[in-house]
Amino acid sequence: MSEAVKLKPDGTRVRKFLRITNVRLLSQVFFFAVFVLSVWLTFTDRLEGYPVSRILEFDPLVMIANILSTHYIYRYLGWGLLILGVTLLFGRVFCNWICPYGTLHQFIGWLFNTRNGKLRIDSNRYRGMFYFKYAILIVMLIMAAFGSLQIGLLDPICLMYRTFATAIAPAVDMGLVEASDAAKAMQIETTVFDALKFKPGVESRVFQGSFWIGLMIVALVGANVVIPRFFCRTLCPLGALLGVISRFSLFRINRDVHKCTDCNLCLTRCEGAADPMGQVRLSECFSCMNCIDDCPEDALSFTMFGLDTKQVVAAPDISRRKVVFAALSGVLAYPFIRNHGVNTDFNFQGSLIRPPGSVEESDFLRKCIKCDQCINACPTNVLQPATWQEGGIEALWTPVMKFTIGHCQLKCTLCSEVCPTGAIRRITVEEKLGKGTYEEVGPIRLGTAFFNTGRCLPHAMEIPCVVCEEVCPTSPKAIQTKDMEVKDVYGNVVVLNKPFMVPDLCIGCGICETECPIKDERAVYVTAVGENRGTHRRMLLKHRTYADQAQA
Amino acid sequence: MAKKEKPVQHPDYVKTPMDRRQFFARIAAASGIAGAVGYAGWAPENWPLSLKDKREPGMRSLISQKPKPIQLKDYRVERAQGIIADIGIARADRKYDEGGKPLEFEPEVLQNLLHAAVDQVGGIKHFIKKGDIVLIKPNVAFDRSPNLGATSNPTIVEQMIRMVLDAGAQEVRVADNPIEAPHDCFRKSKIDQAIANGGGRAYLPDSNSFQVLHTPGAQLIENWYFFHRPFTNVDKVIGISPVKDHNLCHASMGMKNWYGLLGGTRNQFHQDINGIISDFPLMMKPTLTILDGTNILMENGPTGGDPSNVRKGNVVIASLDVAASDSWAFENCLERRPETQPDYLRIAVEKYAKAAKPGDRLLDLDWKKPGRIKELHI
Repeated sequence: MSEAVKLKPDGTRVRKFLRITNVRLLSQVFFFAVFVLSVWLTFTDRLEGYPVSRILEFDPLVMIANILSTHYIYRYLGWGLLILGVTLLFGRVFCNWICPYGTLHQFIGWLFNTRNGKLRIDSNRYRGMFYFKYAILIVMLIMAAFGSLQIGLLDPICLMYRTFATAIAPAVDMGLVEASDAAKAMQIETTVFDALKFKPGVESRVFQGSFWIGLMIVALVGANVVIPRFFCRTLCPLGALLGVISRFSLFRINRDVHKCTDCNLCLTRCEGAADPMGQVRLSECFSCMNCIDDCPEDALSFTMFGLDTKQVVAAPDISRRKVVFAALSGVLAYPFIRNHGVNTDFNFQGSLIRPPGSVEESDFLRKCIKCDQCINACPTNVLQPATWQEGGIEALWTPVMKFTIGHCQLKCTLCSEVCPTGAIRRITVEEKLGKGTYEEVGPIRLGTAFFNTGRCLPHAMEIPCVVCEEVCPTSPKAIQTKDMEVKDVYGNVVVLNKPFMVPDLCIGCGICETECPIKDERAVYVTAVGENRGTHRRMLLKHRTYADQAQA
Repeated sequence: MAKKEKPVQHPDYVKTPMDRRQFFARIAAASGIAGAVGYAGWAPENWPLSLKDKREPGMRSLISQKPKPIQLKDYRVERAQGIIADIGIARADRKYDEGGKPLEFEPEVLQNLLHAAVDQVGGIKHFIKKGDIVLIKPNVAFDRSPNLGATSNPTIVEQMIRMVLDAGAQEVRVADNPIEAPHDCFRKSKIDQAIANGGGRAYLPDSNSFQVLHTPGAQLIENWYFFHRPFTNVDKVIGISPVKDHNLCHASMGMKNWYGLLGGTRNQFHQDINGIISDFPLMMKPTLTILDGTNILMENGPTGGDPSNVRKGNVVIASLDVAASDSWAFENCLERRPETQPDYLRIAVEKYAKAAKPGDRLLDLDWKKPGRIKELHI
């Protein structure tokens, strides 16, 4: 009698409720809920010190790639060892018991499954192309070793956080706004829709490139309809890493050849395509336990058995030739991408403005895993995932500031609080403003504002306006005005407050650009030059102060 | 000539003509659909479910209808019996520390100042009736801490909420549409704490909180997006404003406070700053305007940023005439010369007088008239 099946008194067989696969289902639901909760909590007053980036810190690929690129373990990244330890014990349980992306794939694959019987069994057989994830892992680890961290593009946890922050959460919020409007139209007084929103109390948020990020997840998750767990089996670099390690795992699926009748029913719901009906592939098996459930002869079990080569295929199925080719690609990819030349200290885009507390660019590219938690946490929507334009392919989906959308709130350090890898250092408000012990160093400068006086109303059109000066938050203000009384072309006498920059005082917060009424191309705009996170992109030799003047 | 043979039909082909029932059913379905479509397209506009284009010629290509504007009511109340003052002023003495620096007022002192100021113009029970829904509009425009003088004093906001609830109000709402991120502004200015402690409810702006407001007689905002959601079913409105220097318009006080309820591209109005501020008395006729003269932003306004920009005053003002109290505060709190008084005050009085109906209480800038001010030193 199978563990999962029991005999009822009238002789019929029925599946037990308390089977291991139901426990696994509970675990999947739990971790998915924890993940969604951590995205939901990452907002101003909800944050309150909750460790919302902890799931990223548990990701062993993030840990290993960061060790390769930075040569040390930042803060909580050591927690990745826990998952590695679990994998050494039980194989790739992470992929099917914990990973929220895996849960999503499995759920969509189950929901839209149209195959039955033989077709379904065949869809879960191992395919040669599943080696590709190991090639991806090799390329990415080599690039990391050279100093360009690109694992974030395909790492499942980074991908989930990024997609939720920039595509799914705004979509859900949009739906909740509609629901709230409908309730109002029906005279129902309720705040439940507003309370559920990912980002309550703000206008709907926009994220550049969210179409492509959304398309990516739809395409990858949609592929489950064609090949079950396509991403997990073919592309996932974290799965590949765990696969390399799970060859040493203590527990594994074992098939009792004496009981087995070669019916292949174990493949009906095999998630990893790990060939449980033959030599089980340890590096592909997700330990989902579905095969144990499905075997009518009770021939499969999850036990500690020796690694008999007749019974298992322990190592990942990738030939040496493919490994060498992947390695070569990785070695070439680094110089090809770095020498692309759009993100060097002498040729950088003015739009590559990084969040406050960011380390200098060459280090940033070693640390940023493109999880976009900073973008998620930002209260003004100013942080955006970079497109090709800001920093080329290397900086794709890393955070940049877009001051046409929002500005950097003066006393806010939320992005620095949630960054799991230290691409954005943990800073205090004191350090950001250059007060107290940071008085000598001065404030953190993100860039410098410049005037396009041909588009500025008082400069070019004799029309009074001085919103930029009004909202400039520094004290004294980095925008000052030369006041001039003129008679305009219609004969009215107007006082023009013509603004000009005091770059010594400008911190690049961008509120002048956000509030400028020339909305298509602002008359005052911030560019990255003058940022002081490194030394190579500075503009001024020294920052003059009123005290200097007093001495002179 | 041989007769042409009729083509032999395939043995499996069965000729089944439509029977009468099927025919009528199909005719009925087709007529039904044609009728429905015809009705939708040609029935007069006011018939139910008609899809006929309602718009006048020239406007027919517009898809979205212009939203129907709402209007605010007049929230003022009649003067209390025997009271002729429009401006109630309460003063207290500050304590100083050993170094000569002024200490913060204790919450009880601020509460007494507020009570005293409102008492001079009739007392809170005169303005707030039992069961009223009251809206308080403070200045929460920036994410500044309270000691920087750029936002309303949270203690005064909290005491106002308590006073209003004690007078019998059913619900107190606190709302503002900040320039910077709303959550951060409410939190850093400590006004969200004040609301929670006082027993009120905060309204933050979001995508579905704005509607077009119609203000008859206004020059710039006759129809403009307004943060209307907190105003549904509101009976009384109280504005609580700090007294601030302002580079563009010289001073930001009680009248300018209402700017914080505008939505849309309100930063365009800086091109005619006097025009927009002088429109506010037409837009909003509040029950009371409270001016907080305890943290006065003397320079570098309206954002401030350095505690040295702030002068510790000792006065709280409750006013029924926002122009007069602003004029008083300009001279006595900001200590400026009356000749440099902001133009929008004078323009507001003129605009209001032009648009007012007969019998309406007008604005009057001249606070020096006997009896307009009632002061109390507590």
